Amino acid sequence: MLEMRNVTKLFFPGTLDEKVALVDINLHLNAGDFVTIIGSNGAGKSTLMNIISGGLRPETGTVTINGTEVQSLSEHKRSEWIGRVFQDPMAGTAPNMTIEENLAIAYARGKSRGLRFGVTHRKRVFFREQLSLLGIGLENRLRAKVGQLSGGERQALSLLMATFTKPQILLLDEHTAALDPNRAELITRMTEKLVRELRLTTLMVTHNMEQAIRLGNRLIMMDRGRIILDFNEEEKKELTIEKLLQEFEKISGHKLSDDKMVFG
Amino acid sequence: MLQTLPATIQLGLLYALMSLGVYITFRILNFPDLTVDGSFTTGGGIAAIMIIQGYNPWLALVGAFFGGLLAGLCTGLLHTKGKINGLLSGILMMIALHSINNRIMGTPNISLFRIETIFPSTSELKAHPHLVWVVFVCVALGVLVIKLLLDLFLHTDIGLALRATGDNDRMIRSFGANTDVTKIIGISLSNGLVALSGGLVAQSSGYADVYMGVGMIVIGLASVIIGEAIFGTRNVFFATMAAALGSVVYRIIVDLALRVRWLEASDLKMITAFIVIVALIVPAAQKSWRSSNTARKRALELNAEQNAAGGERHA
Repeated sequence: MLEMRNVTKLFFPGTLDEKVALVDINLHLNAGDFVTIIGSNGAGKSTLMNIISGGLRPETGTVTINGTEVQSLSEHKRSEWIGRVFQDPMAGTAPNMTIEENLAIAYARGKSRGLRFGVTHRKRVFFREQLSLLGIGLENRLRAKVGQLSGGERQALSLLMATFTKPQILLLDEHTAALDPNRAELITRMTEKLVRELRLTTLMVTHNMEQAIRLGNRLIMMDRGRIILDFNEEEKKELTIEKLLQEFEKISGHKLSDDKMVFG
Repeated sequence: MLQTLPATIQLGLLYALMSLGVYITFRILNFPDLTVDGSFTTGGGIAAIMIIQGYNPWLALVGAFFGGLLAGLCTGLLHTKGKINGLLSGILMMIALHSINNRIMGTPNISLFRIETIFPSTSELKAHPHLVWVVFVCVALGVLVIKLLLDLFLHTDIGLALRATGDNDRMIRSFGANTDVTKIIGISLSNGLVALSGGLVAQSSGYADVYMGVGMIVIGLASVIIGEAIFGTRNVFFATMAAALGSVVYRIIVDLALRVRWLEASDLKMITAFIVIVALIVPAAQKSWRSSNTARKRALELNAEQNAAGGERHA
């Protein structure tokens, strides 16, 4: 489904500030895989996401989605295959447009945009039905501006917008990090449900170790631009936070540090 | 004042298409596009020269619209493909258009005196006085139709992508819209409307002049801002209505201002700048005043609660 080969990414190459973000990354995801990614600050997690989505271009290496090489395609072209939820609840929606207009924009993913009405009666019925799956009452507020929603509501809407057109790959970049614990848990449960029901191939960056172990069928740990640990479904079942930290220190030679890291 | 009011309103309606154009760039795409100063003249110039050369005056308006579209296309390409800041792209095009407009017109001004335009001539008006009202209603209906067409466009899939581009361009890219294309479409359409307005104004006033567009962007901004302050912007329908009617209100304000004895016609640009400054400062000041007021009230409430709780503990 997703294949990355020999991907290397530098920032500010040739200057004093040169930073190696990714080094010779090789990653293969099967269809339906749900992979969680953890790692220290600056480990390259977000860069990895941006290389897949097209926000950044790798210096070397290839990215293949479903047999198509995409590393030189622009972000908007790749979005046909990729759904994405950002950390910032403000990032995934257009605040001055209504809920139904935002959904219509998401609905047009991968289709050519023409002079047909964005919101039609038929789509509205579908949107209402999809929103009711979130169970937070958004289905009754189709014409409300998204800017009036709370952070949690916006993130739930972003999640729905990223998934309801069934993209080939779903990228979640610490999408619960900016929410309070209750909201974060709600969004996490929604994510689990949507990924399972739609059988989406998913990559999720998280700073919550417990969440990283609990969710998905594979866990990847990154450090200094490399993938240093890769647990499959069986290994992951045996995993605990302590074991994970020990493994990390053994391989990387330093302690795991992330100013947002949540251990429990 | 009352005698000239219909004429003032009609003029405001002709300029309303220009302020709808400014609304697209300023409010939807989120940057003031200075191309407007040039493309308004381009529209007026193209319409005038086509009429002089014997083309149908309606066809001249179509020509004006496409001339503006092309000017907007250039600004859009400079901004997106050339990666030049939006404001600067507009300035560059505005300057370039000044020369281009001279070339289009051949002379600094073209008179349409005694030449057939879409508006009835003075002698026709003398013969049939009721024509004034027919023209007034036609202009109002024409502007209304264009406003409604724009509303419809802004609700299509392309229109939604255009609006989202100004609102959150990262988000709309992640849903597959090419923001370069949506920006170019928006800026082109905007300048098309501005030039159409220029073509109408030239025909209605009976001349085109290379300087007719100077300061037009500020007038457009003034119209949009005044309209928003009066009519609100709760959705697209109201926002475009506000832009169009804002232009009418602006013309009425100018008309009133010019009746003040010590103000002269040449003070017009200063008055316009003043209106925009007031319209930009007042809402911002109101907002910060309101929020600091709310904060103070809330703080006092908290203090009172704290004192009450402390009092109980002591008791």
